[in-house]
Amino acid sequence: MSVRLTIFEQMEEVAREHGKILAPLKDDLVLADSGLDSLGFAVLVARLEDTLGVDPFTASDEAVFPLTLGDFVKVYENGVH
Amino acid sequence: MASIDAHSLREHLANAPQAAFFFDNAADVAFTALDRGTSLSGRLGALAGRSVLVATASQLTAALALIELDGCARRITILPPDADPDHLPALIAAAEIDAVVLDDDSIKHVALDLPVRVICAPSIVTLEQTPPARVHTEWVMLTSGTTGVPKMVVHDLGGLTAAIVAKSAADGAAVWGTFYDIRRYGGLQIFLRAVLGRASLVLSSAGEAVTDHLARLARHGVTHLSGTPSHWRRVLMRPAIRSIAPRYVRLSGEIADQPVLDALRAVFPHANIGHAYASTEAGVAFDVNDGLAGFPAAFVGRARDGVEMRVVDGALQIRSGRTASRYVGPAAPALAGDDGFVDTGDIVERRGERYHFVGRRGGIINVGGLKVHPEEVEAVINRHPLVRMSLVRPKSSPITGAIAVAEVVLKSDRNGHEAQHIEVRDEILKLCRETLPRHKIPAAISFVPGLAVAATGKLARRQG
Repeated sequence: MSVRLTIFEQMEEVAREHGKILAPLKDDLVLADSGLDSLGFAVLVARLEDTLGVDPFTASDEAVFPLTLGDFVKVYENGVH
Repeated sequence: MASIDAHSLREHLANAPQAAFFFDNAADVAFTALDRGTSLSGRLGALAGRSVLVATASQLTAALALIELDGCARRITILPPDADPDHLPALIAAAEIDAVVLDDDSIKHVALDLPVRVICAPSIVTLEQTPPARVHTEWVMLTSGTTGVPKMVVHDLGGLTAAIVAKSAADGAAVWGTFYDIRRYGGLQIFLRAVLGRASLVLSSAGEAVTDHLARLARHGVTHLSGTPSHWRRVLMRPAIRSIAPRYVRLSGEIADQPVLDALRAVFPHANIGHAYASTEAGVAFDVNDGLAGFPAAFVGRARDGVEMRVVDGALQIRSGRTASRYVGPAAPALAGDDGFVDTGDIVERRGERYHFVGRRGGIINVGGLKVHPEEVEAVINRHPLVRMSLVRPKSSPITGAIAVAEVVLKSDRNGHEAQHIEVRDEILKLCRETLPRHKIPAAISFVPGLAVAATGKLARRQG
């Protein structure tokens, strides 16, 4: 499964578990408007580390704060490959 | 400290600039209005000399009540917004509370049988009588992060404002903002900085969205803005952060790591960015303004600005005139050691010429400012019939600082079946969701063959 699909699937899963409603997932979606809150994203990043084997936010020396879902996916795509 | 503070908070507001206001999303109150007016429906006199609980729903009314009660009430106990109502009877008994200040919103929720109930509102009326005779007011704050009834920590205005006087924060042109609630120690410092500096303060309202709060901060031209690293990480993910341009950015309440400091530097290249170390018990110990995580090793071992620090068994200990004086209650434990040092329980590690915070001695996991006791979560996981034992530990998170994850040992002959692992994991998560608040639910669960047990017979916990 692609990195993008894995992220989308995990987002749906976390949203379901946290009782949140996700906005339609597309690249220009602003993360803050996605429906997941800080805790939701923290859980998502921890889960993605398990499934993708990388936490690009902690692994990188540079601070990365993606604003959109497209940016977020790119951070992982760059981290995995 | 029995001496009367030089000025009560109300006296600090005398001759405040016309432009200085407290703002929230529903009201604004001019500092000058409070000089000769009251927010307490004309009943300030009824609170004179009493032990008063400030239990308002809004930060704005709490701010107004604190200004009026300082120098008037014998004792002020500040109720944080997340206080457990079940703890109120114990708190009221311990602090001998005999009066309460409520506002229109909290009156619906706080049912207290106290001799005096006064409503605080942002509509200021003329203070008819002269303020009651000045008394030395005890300020009582509640600790966070303990299970059971919070500890009640006694300060006075002199100690609470010592770090501010030392830094001479007076700056009439400043506009302060805080993401940190002013009813907690870190937020109260910002409230006091605004009052002593006679500078406006933009407060958030209960339930207000971050983007709305940011928009108001931008509209009021915030110059000095404070929050925990988690608050800032949350704000850094909002495009609206570009709408504000503070000159001073402050972090406190959690460990400020290098990525969050760097990210703030990138967004606010010209701001003075500082992180402060303070706790409800130990008071403000120091500010670090060089943009680097941790603090210079030279801070330890000698007095700086009246603050002495030492490291004992890895934990930071602090002695200064800014520490709290004691806990409330006859049976309360001593707050400081015999030599006056307060043990913070914060574990530090020296790396080169700098100390870094590595976690809490007690092993409490701090998820974005919310505390998780690992044992509490383990107890829930261990209720699953197939679970032998479990360990909940912190995992660093770029978003909330830390998050709880669990390692689970299944009962023998259940290990190694992938399909069953998924099923058990889902059942454990369901169990957690049924009994725990969201921040305490493990973000990830892994299955391990065994867990180390220390010589004490307790689960070996790696320091977070």
